[in-house]
Amino acid sequence: MTWILDNVGTIAGATWAHVLLALPAIVISFVVAVPVAWLASRFRRSRFILLLFAGLIYAIPSLPLFIILPLVLGTSVRSLVNVVAALGLYGVALMVRYAADALDAVSSDTVLAATAMGYGPWRRFFAVQLPLAGPALLAGLRVVAVSTVSLVPVSALLGVNSLGLLFTDGFQRGIFAEVLAGIVATVVVAVVVDLGLVLLGRLLMPWERPAMMRGLRREVEDQAMVTA
Amino acid sequence: MSYLVAALQWLSDPANMSGPNGWQARMAEHLWYTAVATVVACVIGIPLGYAVGHAHRFRTVIVSSTGAARALPTLGVVTLFGLLLGIGLDAPMLAFVLLALPSVLAGAYAGVEGAPRDSVDAARAMGMTEWQILTRVEAPLGMPLLLGGVRSAVLQVLATATLAAYVGAGGLGRFLFLGLKTQNYPMMVASSLVVMGLAIVLDLAFEVVDRLVRRSVPAGAPAS
Amino acid sequence: MIEFRNASKSYDDGTLAVSDLDLTAASHEITVLVGSSGCGKTTMLRMVNRLVTPTSGQVLIDDVDVADRNPVELRRSIGYVMQNSGLLPHRTTVDNIATVPVLRGTSVRDARKHALELMEIVGLDRSMARRYPWQLSGGQQQRVGVARGLAADPNILLMDEPFGAVDPIVRADLQRELLRLQAELGKTILFVTHDIAEAIALGDKIVILMKGGRIAQQGSPAEIMASPKDDFVTSFLGLDGARSLHVDGHLVVDPSGRPVGRLA
Repeated sequence: MTWILDNVGTIAGATWAHVLLALPAIVISFVVAVPVAWLASRFRRSRFILLLFAGLIYAIPSLPLFIILPLVLGTSVRSLVNVVAALGLYGVALMVRYAADALDAVSSDTVLAATAMGYGPWRRFFAVQLPLAGPALLAGLRVVAVSTVSLVPVSALLGVNSLGLLFTDGFQRGIFAEVLAGIVATVVVAVVVDLGLVLLGRLLMPWERPAMMRGLRREVEDQAMVTA
Repeated sequence: MSYLVAALQWLSDPANMSGPNGWQARMAEHLWYTAVATVVACVIGIPLGYAVGHAHRFRTVIVSSTGAARALPTLGVVTLFGLLLGIGLDAPMLAFVLLALPSVLAGAYAGVEGAPRDSVDAARAMGMTEWQILTRVEAPLGMPLLLGGVRSAVLQVLATATLAAYVGAGGLGRFLFLGLKTQNYPMMVASSLVVMGLAIVLDLAFEVVDRLVRRSVPAGAPAS
Repeated sequence: MIEFRNASKSYDDGTLAVSDLDLTAASHEITVLVGSSGCGKTTMLRMVNRLVTPTSGQVLIDDVDVADRNPVELRRSIGYVMQNSGLLPHRTTVDNIATVPVLRGTSVRDARKHALELMEIVGLDRSMARRYPWQLSGGQQQRVGVARGLAADPNILLMDEPFGAVDPIVRADLQRELLRLQAELGKTILFVTHDIAEAIALGDKIVILMKGGRIAQQGSPAEIMASPKDDFVTSFLGLDGARSLHVDGHLVVDPSGRPVGRLA
């Protein structure tokens, strides 16, 4: 306990570094995954390949990826770019499936009605399909965000600053409280990011009907539980 | 590219390949950890998930515990157990089981709980006992989801097993940490490639099994 | 006036949805396409606003081939009402009605003002304006659908089983409203249904369709009822047992004594 009180500054700094690694990766996941998912949902044949590929990337253990990726990117192992790129890669791999399902789930009747009223393809995507896929996209992004936050610490093994340093430092010096504080802080960051996304969703999607949301959340929950 | 060549040379060097410290032995060790942890997680998780799923209860508990498990940093769990149980295999093994359990539990639970209500009602109406409903209707229908859960558990443990070496156990992580310490890039890249290869082969194997299972459960199998 | 000239549509799997259709829907009239599922009636409707492209033949609006028009512009100039209303679930009632005018460049403000007037015309209370589609009953949703179809003041209204998903009482209500509106507005309406009673109630002209998109008979309701061309039309109209109907008191009954109607 005293260790925590004596090292509030260290914990705060590590938390901040942690957030700075996780947030860009989460944003990248979303921005990259949606167009890829659009391809997958638009062209049936590409769907299988894209999703299989995404699944394989997601299957790669993180520590080896952190080590191999710099060889591809030409960065150093400890570079923040390397860490964010690796986290982003996992995020995209996980998000593509959710996003493809989300776009597929938009009612084809609604899309047809939009076409019949004279929406062009681009406008239809941004004004109708994307907002209607919004709740499912958000549900997927929440899973991605939490996974990303909990994945960051592995980079501490390479010496990158984050809450993960509390694990390596605590283990080497045998300070139980330090490791525990790191775990708790990581979970807190995940919960805060998650709540932030929920609030963002409320602001952006005021039309959400409670019942629909519940059914949808159930579906994503089921899927997320299993792919966790 | 040169690293890749060096890594392949490292892998093909007989001195690195065989013997108790060779990569083949470490790979076997790695797979052994994965298998043991997954089997233990299944032995605990499947009956529990089936029981809770069949009763249609505690959904919130299951959902939030798997959500919480996703938020847990694996490195934190491994080092925490390492401090509690000391250097060796006990700590990482316990951590693997803990990290694998939620996926298995969730797969078993979601598969049984999500079985179409109509089919279950029909089975009950035909006079099946609850045990028969579980074993003959719900479990087969939920097989794809259970398999999905086991699949993520296996991949999770396979990835986490690289961290076991950090707290003094074996596995392919040995080379990663040794390589990090000695700046031996060929060794690190080589062992990374082996771990990635294992992950991809196992994932593809599960993909094949998944397809076979889905073919035998054609209707109403919930997508995962 | 909408004119189909030898229009056909076959799909890749070889099914023929519409074959060699020749049909004219006169201006300011309601033309009803009626037939059971698989007769190609929805396909015909969708050829008009180019949601479906004919494999051969032409569709003309006022003597202009729709194939020569920009599909997006064309669709914005034609009202479309579909079953389950096809409302955009993330837009309120007014914004749903205002959709096409906004697409055509009307300011959101003006479009909403006009939408409120339209709500009144189709018999929707103004208190519904801020509601989302899921907060409306089925009948209300269809009224919003009709208002949306009318919002850009199109000459042509395409209606694809618009009242198919509501209960019979609401449906009768909506049919009466449509006739009242049509008496005021005089649009050229192409209306698709599988319900012969609805066709008779609404149509200035009825087109009875068979499988594969062939016309069995067309004409005014009275003409068709008076002289059905063949057995198919007779049975479609439900007239097969009709010759042996007789009057029993105020009731019209069939040979087995079941009441089928009442004398007014």
